[in-house]
Amino acid sequence: MTRRRLGIVAAQLAVLVIVFGGWQLFTQLKIVDPFFFGQPSGIVSTAWQWVQHGTSFGSIWLQISTTMEEALLGFGIGVAGGVVAGVLLGQFRFLSDVLSPYIKAVNALPRIVLGALFVILLGLGMSSKVVLAAFLVFFVVFFNAYQGVREVDGNLVNNARILGGSRMQVIRNVVIPSAMTWIIASLHVAFGFAVIGAIVGEVLGAQHGLGVLITDSQNNFNADGIFAGMIIIGAIALIAEWLIGLLERRLLAWRPQMSNEAAAV
Amino acid sequence: MQSNIRSDYRIELSGVTKRFATPDGDTFTALRDVTMTVEPGEFCAVVGPSGCGKSTTLTLVAGLDRASEGTVTVGGKPVAGIGRGTSFVFQTDALLPWKTVLRNVAMGPLFRGVPKKEALTDAGDWLRMVGLAGFENHHPHQLSGGMRKRVALAAALINEPSILLMDEPFGALDVQTKAIMSTELLTLWDQSKPSVIFVTHDLEEAIALADKVVVLTAGPGTVKDVFRIDLPRPRGSVQEIRFGQRFTELHHEIWESLRDEVTRAYARTSAPASRVAAVEEVRS
Repeated sequence: MTRRRLGIVAAQLAVLVIVFGGWQLFTQLKIVDPFFFGQPSGIVSTAWQWVQHGTSFGSIWLQISTTMEEALLGFGIGVAGGVVAGVLLGQFRFLSDVLSPYIKAVNALPRIVLGALFVILLGLGMSSKVVLAAFLVFFVVFFNAYQGVREVDGNLVNNARILGGSRMQVIRNVVIPSAMTWIIASLHVAFGFAVIGAIVGEVLGAQHGLGVLITDSQNNFNADGIFAGMIIIGAIALIAEWLIGLLERRLLAWRPQMSNEAAAV
Repeated sequence: MQSNIRSDYRIELSGVTKRFATPDGDTFTALRDVTMTVEPGEFCAVVGPSGCGKSTTLTLVAGLDRASEGTVTVGGKPVAGIGRGTSFVFQTDALLPWKTVLRNVAMGPLFRGVPKKEALTDAGDWLRMVGLAGFENHHPHQLSGGMRKRVALAAALINEPSILLMDEPFGALDVQTKAIMSTELLTLWDQSKPSVIFVTHDLEEAIALADKVVVLTAGPGTVKDVFRIDLPRPRGSVQEIRFGQRFTELHHEIWESLRDEVTRAYARTSAPASRVAAVEEVRS
C-alpha cells in the first residue's frame, strides 16, 4: 500500500466517523430528535434485536432470504428475457420497427406502480414480487442488449458470414459475445432494480421480507427499524455487486487490461 | 484434379453499376459500367484513387451486396448471396477479440460442420504455416498488427477458397512489415492458387504481387486500363523486386494512367469542402 493509498483510506474512515459520530452526537444531545431521525446506536441495537430474538414476522434470516429469493428470481427472469428480446429486436429490423414505439411507451410509464396491480393479480405471496422485479430488470437489460447488438462491428459479422456461419452461428459466436460488454454493464444497475422491485412489492403487501419489516417499523414510528432494514439491504446489494464484478471479470477476461482500471476502484 | 475444380472459378463483372442511397435522399454512384474478368488462379490487383469504389467491387463479388445493374458471375453462375468458395480479408481486423487465435482460425471449418477436434488440429497447422506456432492461446489484442494479419490470412485460407478477396489487407501495416507480409502472401497463394482480387492504393504493392493490374477511374469508378504484369514467378522477396528494371518500367507506365485519376479525385474532394464553406457562409 502506497502512502497515497493509505491517505485515501484514512480520509474515507474519517468521513465515516464524522457522519455517524456526528449523527450519534447530535441525537444524543437532543439537537436532533432521535425519534424522527433514528440513532446509530439504536439502529445497531434494533438489528441486533432482530438477529437475536427474531422479528414479529419470524426470524430475520427468513425475511432476508425471502427478499433475496424474490430479487434473485426476478433478476434471473428479467435478465434472460431482456437478453433474448434485445437480441431478437436487434437482429430483426422488422420486429424492432414494429415494437419500438410500444416498448418506448411502456418504458415511459412509472413501472413501479404496476406492483400494486401485480399484488391484486398474484396475491400476497412471492410471485407478485418476482414479477415486479423481473419487469423492472427486463427493461434495463433489454435496452442495453439491444444497443449492444446494434453496435456489433459489421465487419465481424460479414467475416463470420463469409467464413460459412449461419444466422444462428453468427448470433452465438459474434453478436452475443460482442453485446456482452453492454449486457454485463447493465447487470449492475439491473440488480439494484431487482432489489427495489422485491422491496416495493413487499411494501405493497406481503407476509415476509425486508419490505414488510420496513413497513412495520414505519407503522410503529420506529425510525431505527427503517434504517436497520435499509442497511441490511445495502449490505446485500454490495455483496451482489461484488459477485457481478467477479462474473464480469470472468466473462470479459479476453479484454485487454486497462491500466487505470485497478487504480479507479 | 484440383485445377479442374478451380477452373470453374472465373470471376466476371460485366456492365456492373452500383448506386447507393445517401442519407439525404440522393443516389450516389460508386461504380459505373465496370467490366472485368479474373481468370482462375489469376492474381488481379485493383488500384484507383480513394473513394472510387474499389471495395464495392469486392462486396459485389463476395455476395455481400448486389449490383444495381449488370451481372457479377463466379464460375459462370450469377452471384446470389455468399458463396462457399470465397474468402475475404478485410482492411481492419475481422478477428473476434474474445476468441483465442486458434479458435479464430478454426472458425471457418467449425461453421462448415467439420468436427471440433479436426478443425482445431487444422487450425494449428495453419498457424504453423503462417509462422505463429506457440501463439495458439493468445488473444488477438496480444499480437502485433502484422501477426494479426497472419491470423486473418490463416483464417481466410483454411477454408481452401477458390476465390480470395482482399481489401487493402496490409494498408495499416508499416512498410517493412507490409513487404514481409506480401512475400508471405505470395508463398501461400502459390500453394493453392485461388483467384485473387487484391484491392490497394499502393501501386508498388500491386505490381509486385499481381499478374494483372486494373486501374479504376475516380468515382464513379469504371475500368480505365488493364495492365499485364509480366514479371516472372516465383517473384521471391517483394522488397527486392522493386529494384528491377522491368518493375520500374511497369510502374512508370501504370502511374501515367493512375495519376490523372488521383489528381481528379483529389480536386473533387477538396472542391466540396469549399462548397460547404460557401453554404455555411450563406447560412450565417
